[in-house]
Amino acid sequence: MKKLMQALIAVVIIAAVLFYAVHRLNASTGQTAGNTLTVFNWGDYIDAELIDQFEKETGVQVIYETFDSNEAMLTKIEQGGTTYDVAVPSEYTIEKMREQELLYPIDHAKVPNLRYIDERFMDLPFDPGNEYSIPYFWGTVGILYNTDKVQSEITAWNDLWKPEFRNEILMIDGAREVIGMGLNSLGYSLNDTNEAHLQEAKAKLDGLTPNIKAIVGDEIRMLMENDEASIGLVWSGTASELMWKKDNLEYVVPEEGSNLWFDNMVIPKTAKNIDAAHAFINFMLDPETAAQNAEYVGYSTPNKEALTYMPKEMVEDERFYPPADLTERLEVYENLGPEMLSHYNELFLKFKMHRK
Amino acid sequence: MESNNRAIYWVPYVLWIALFVVAPILLIVYYSFQGLDGEFTLANYRNFFTPVYLTMTLSSFWYAFLITLFCLLIAYPAAYFITRSKYKQLLLLLIILPSWVNLLLKAYAFLGIFSTYGAANSFLEVVGIGAKQLLFTDFSFVFVSVYLFIPFMILPIFNALDKLNPALVYASRDLGASSWTTFRKVVMPLTSSGVKAGIQAVFIPALSLFMITRLIAGNRVITLGTAIEQHFLVTQDWGMGATIAVFLILIMVVIMIATGTRKKGVM
Amino acid sequence: MALFWPRAYLAFVFIVLYAPIFYLSFYSFNSGGTMSSFDGFTLDWYKELFSDSRLLVIVLNTLIIALLSAAISTIIGVLGALAIVYARKRLYQHILLSLNNVLIVSPDVIIGASFLILFTIIGINLGFTSVLLAHIAFSVPIVVIMVLPKLEEMSSSLIDAARDLGASRFDILTKVILPYITPGIFAGFFMALTYSLDDFAVTFFVTGNGFTTLSVEIYSLARRGISLQINALSTLLFLFTIVLVIGYYFIQKRNEKTAVGVRK
Repeated sequence: MKKLMQALIAVVIIAAVLFYAVHRLNASTGQTAGNTLTVFNWGDYIDAELIDQFEKETGVQVIYETFDSNEAMLTKIEQGGTTYDVAVPSEYTIEKMREQELLYPIDHAKVPNLRYIDERFMDLPFDPGNEYSIPYFWGTVGILYNTDKVQSEITAWNDLWKPEFRNEILMIDGAREVIGMGLNSLGYSLNDTNEAHLQEAKAKLDGLTPNIKAIVGDEIRMLMENDEASIGLVWSGTASELMWKKDNLEYVVPEEGSNLWFDNMVIPKTAKNIDAAHAFINFMLDPETAAQNAEYVGYSTPNKEALTYMPKEMVEDERFYPPADLTERLEVYENLGPEMLSHYNELFLKFKMHRK
Repeated sequence: MESNNRAIYWVPYVLWIALFVVAPILLIVYYSFQGLDGEFTLANYRNFFTPVYLTMTLSSFWYAFLITLFCLLIAYPAAYFITRSKYKQLLLLLIILPSWVNLLLKAYAFLGIFSTYGAANSFLEVVGIGAKQLLFTDFSFVFVSVYLFIPFMILPIFNALDKLNPALVYASRDLGASSWTTFRKVVMPLTSSGVKAGIQAVFIPALSLFMITRLIAGNRVITLGTAIEQHFLVTQDWGMGATIAVFLILIMVVIMIATGTRKKGVM
Repeated sequence: MALFWPRAYLAFVFIVLYAPIFYLSFYSFNSGGTMSSFDGFTLDWYKELFSDSRLLVIVLNTLIIALLSAAISTIIGVLGALAIVYARKRLYQHILLSLNNVLIVSPDVIIGASFLILFTIIGINLGFTSVLLAHIAFSVPIVVIMVLPKLEEMSSSLIDAARDLGASRFDILTKVILPYITPGIFAGFFMALTYSLDDFAVTFFVTGNGFTTLSVEIYSLARRGISLQINALSTLLFLFTIVLVIGYYFIQKRNEKTAVGVRK
């Protein structure tokens, strides 16, 4: 009993000391100020220096929180309980949030820097007139491959079915991406909802199973870097970052078509500090800020003016800043509705369980 | 003893059960009868009895069984040897320590160790077996899962073995029993409660593993946990996810009753 | 010879258990920036770590939550185990035990989502309190599972004897039962600590207003690859715990030597 009491007292004392330490640390960073802005973003998706700069310029204290999937973020915002002032969802989630009325409209008058955004990334179907969202980063889905190991040139999804790539392909763990690739390889739209087409795509994907080494998540970056596999289905941001590090990698947007994606800034209904939220969005659109951010994050910025502040070899790389005629054959994910999404997922599940 | 005194035990625990177990269960059951549009439906249950989910259930069971078996096989001797050591408390703490390092980081470390050019394969080459694909195989999945669960098996077995009176063992040996007989007739029955606790602490969570199925098995192993994860986070089909959870809970209750041949309480 | 095989076996188990941790620590000194090729030795990650006060706050918060939730859930769990063992009917035992284990079998996402709904209904502010409550909630069952076997094997004659000698209920609990089940209680505490330190999904759902734990931070970093700064952090935390554990062990040993006879 004495031993138990001692242990309990020790735990309480240690906790109290730690509490005090947190208090001191928070005080030293001024974390107790009243005017705060809570930003909800993907992990490591902003240059932290910019947050400091924003705090200095405006006197607003930024609380930065992170999520790792659109759906997890959506659940938190739906439930409320926390005051997220700015969030950065992907386009199909924005469509969903708009339908569920989870967003505040953005006052364009308070975001003058909006004029720097490239016309072709404005007024897209998921948010007509950009009433609720402002572009943050954009990119594509494509094939990343190791030129040392892959002798032939890969240009299309259909190249992946070649028997020489046995056990060499890493896929991303996303139903839309994988089923979409199956549909694209057959020449259908990746937003296709025709049952016959979907079954055809699933059957075709089953045929790819022998070539697939694994279906993975974000760790695909590390696996590709370590030459664990020679081909990977990846987002362009992952590809560009890896290609900066390794010379023997090549990225291609398949000719049959692929996905074009956007991560946009929105002001969710949970927001309390709407003025600061607008200020933050406007700050991120400033060309110099956007350029610095894009260089840090490595994804493609939609900010036309920012490109002039960035290294030439980065901006002129058509693999990551594809010209308009190339992006035209790409498709943005549409919100297919819960039933269809569920069906996609079931097909994907069956595909995962398929054994050669 | 008078029953009004017992209240001290009951109150906090029953409150906990009511708030954090019964309330969530009710929520889960409620959701399991909901379709995608929030209407009442039995479709989720019908859906569960399709080949996709039944195969998944079977494979979850199979892997959970393998994981528990290997955990037990490795943990029992380890726990036994630890109790024999002079430094048993220290060794026990050292067994638990690695589990305080973040799971994702350890999984990443295993990704590195098991990779084509990783440490494990270099070792295999030195030994002369030659490099093999280790990552994304059943082997690596079971290995890493056993790695993660092993403290949960060692701890209860250690506790059971530790209080085992050595005099009993000596007595049995003196009476002429072989060490195997002694183990079977004396040690094993007396430690069975610890083994049971260990099996429960490993088998039940192993049924709903996710994360590792993707990181280490590359989604070549699909468990019920993975499916629930997907339904909650990707499809947002909470109804189907909740339905699978209901079945998991039912399975758990069956296991508890099957392994729960305990004596009645003493007070 | 009799000692060789047990030692070799334990050595093997320990090598495997610590291999991934040494792997992580090794690369925390890598100037290359990744966990694949070792380019050269550097201490930059450690320097970076100490200048990152946000990360330090997160680490401290994680430890506070882990310690407090483990302590509180151990208390509730021990009471729960007593309630189960001394339940009047076998049926009650089964019901309690099944309810107890629901949280162990439920995947984290479900627990997280349902706790989130629960907290918003009750009106608990998301942040420190909600995370602490959630951690206590999911740690209780593992404590019960660790304590239960000890209680079950305790012979009733011990308690009867104490009662015959005129001990009060409280005395029986504190002088007979608790000392007997102490190892189980510690096992439960350490397992609860493990659960709390490792949890990501539940914490993610129930946290908010700027409060984060290390696991949530690490998972959200995964999208762009985990910085070696995190490796450095894990190495330090790990070394710190080792020192703490070994230090505690030897203090304990000394106390036992100076006070022979009063071991429990």
